[in-house]
Amino acid sequence: MNDHERLYRVRRLKNRIAMALSCGATLFGLLWLVWILITTLINGFKALNLALFTQMTPPPGTEGGLANAFYGSALMSVLALLIGTPIGLAAGIWLAEFARHSKLGNTVRFINDILLSAPSIVLGLFIYTAVILPLNHLTNHLVGFSAFAGALALALLVIPVVVRTTDEMLQLQPSTMREAALALGVPQWKLTLQIVLRAAKAGVVTGVLLALARITGETAPLLFTAFGNQFWSSNLLKPIASVPVVIFQYAMSPFDDWHAIAWAGALVLTLFVLCLSLLSRLILLRNRSH
Amino acid sequence: MTSLAQERTKIRVRNLEFFYDQQRSLKSIDMDIPEKRVTAIIGPSGCGKSTLLRVFNRIYAMYPKQEAKGEVLLNGENILAPSYSMNRLRSHVGMVFQKPVPFPMSIYDNIAYAVRHHEKLGRREMDDRVEQALHGAALWGEVKDKLKQSAQSLSGGQQQRLCIARTIALKPQVLLLDEPTSALDPISTGRIEQLITELKEQFTVIIVTHNMQQAARCSDYTAFMFMGELIEHGDTDTLFTNPAKSQTEDYITGRFG
Repeated sequence: MNDHERLYRVRRLKNRIAMALSCGATLFGLLWLVWILITTLINGFKALNLALFTQMTPPPGTEGGLANAFYGSALMSVLALLIGTPIGLAAGIWLAEFARHSKLGNTVRFINDILLSAPSIVLGLFIYTAVILPLNHLTNHLVGFSAFAGALALALLVIPVVVRTTDEMLQLQPSTMREAALALGVPQWKLTLQIVLRAAKAGVVTGVLLALARITGETAPLLFTAFGNQFWSSNLLKPIASVPVVIFQYAMSPFDDWHAIAWAGALVLTLFVLCLSLLSRLILLRNRSH
Repeated sequence: MTSLAQERTKIRVRNLEFFYDQQRSLKSIDMDIPEKRVTAIIGPSGCGKSTLLRVFNRIYAMYPKQEAKGEVLLNGENILAPSYSMNRLRSHVGMVFQKPVPFPMSIYDNIAYAVRHHEKLGRREMDDRVEQALHGAALWGEVKDKLKQSAQSLSGGQQQRLCIARTIALKPQVLLLDEPTSALDPISTGRIEQLITELKEQFTVIIVTHNMQQAARCSDYTAFMFMGELIEHGDTDTLFTNPAKSQTEDYITGRFG
């Protein structure tokens, strides 16, 4: 065996070791994910039934479902999107089109990134002190924990996601498109809204869907804003139930039928978020093939 | 062949200087561009030819660190004066860029979009205007049955002619072409060169090109630029066969650039 062959063998051996280590690491990471998914699927499907969507959260020992929690979650999520999307869009447009390289723009972008990774419980705490406590005081304890406050806390999570994706998606559009429109005498606000934003539409919609996926599972910011409610409520000024908070409460309880409902809720949430990310991938893929 | 001095001047450039963030990239340019003729601007990369073109419609103004000083007179009025409205300038001077950039809308709307911004036209008039523009850009025959389709479905050469169509739909007086064929195949290039010679019947055409054969084929006058200066400007035949300056000769014979 000459030197060349020996060197080749050593390298091949090193290559195999490195390959084995990285495959092992990948499998180790995937293992937990698959385990979590399987556990959720098995326990969730066992507890899944029609009553889950038609009946209210029950007292221990009786039959029930999550209808009021689903309704509360949907209501607050939609409201949070309605509040957060326009603000996020406007800020993202400003960053990408009017303040791309300015100092102020970069500062805002940096602060937005901090907000993006802020612990959600901090945002909930902020709404609690900035909105709920003063409101409680002003209305003489008539209004405190409320669906509206919950939606506000979720909106604070929506905003940075939408800002970030809108900013990035608009920046991806070639500057030649802006030049071409300006050269035709189209003013900047028109070209931004009617041409650049339209070209980036798929990416921007994806951002909103990702924001929805993010807030769907949030528990912490709702704990002391929306609080929770055993009954059906559509009053924005009253406490309201939400799926993640019910899962939290029921999973911590000693009752088996509450555990089952919590699993079913977790399954529905997981599937919903899965569908959202599939949908956003689909939108991006379809857009790319054009 | 008439000489440059006998032509009617459309654009008169006087002592034009251009700065990219303090750095001077055009050095006191004086130049008269004749009306309803094709003027080609040639020169090596970085010589300032595109910069000069981008002054004629002030498109550079979208970038905060770029500045032009001096005078550019269009029909005798200085377009660099702050009082000259951008909207008016851009309806008089149209521009087609290197890469075709169709807007994300239908073929019809690509043309109608900017027209709607400048003029109030009825449905019939708008249809006519779109058809005229597509005829003018030699594209009508290929797209007349699919006006509602996305402009992104067209080929590169068709997209570039669509960009020409949407520019001439505004009925400009001057047409600026910034290397309009450098991203296209030879057949599409030939089509557009053919089109350029037709366009000069209605418009004053200024084309920046890297391709000297292209300048020789389709322009009446040629300007040679080097290091931010206008070296020579004269009728195309003379400039290519009997240049006055040695730098021009070096460039067109391929000794540099």
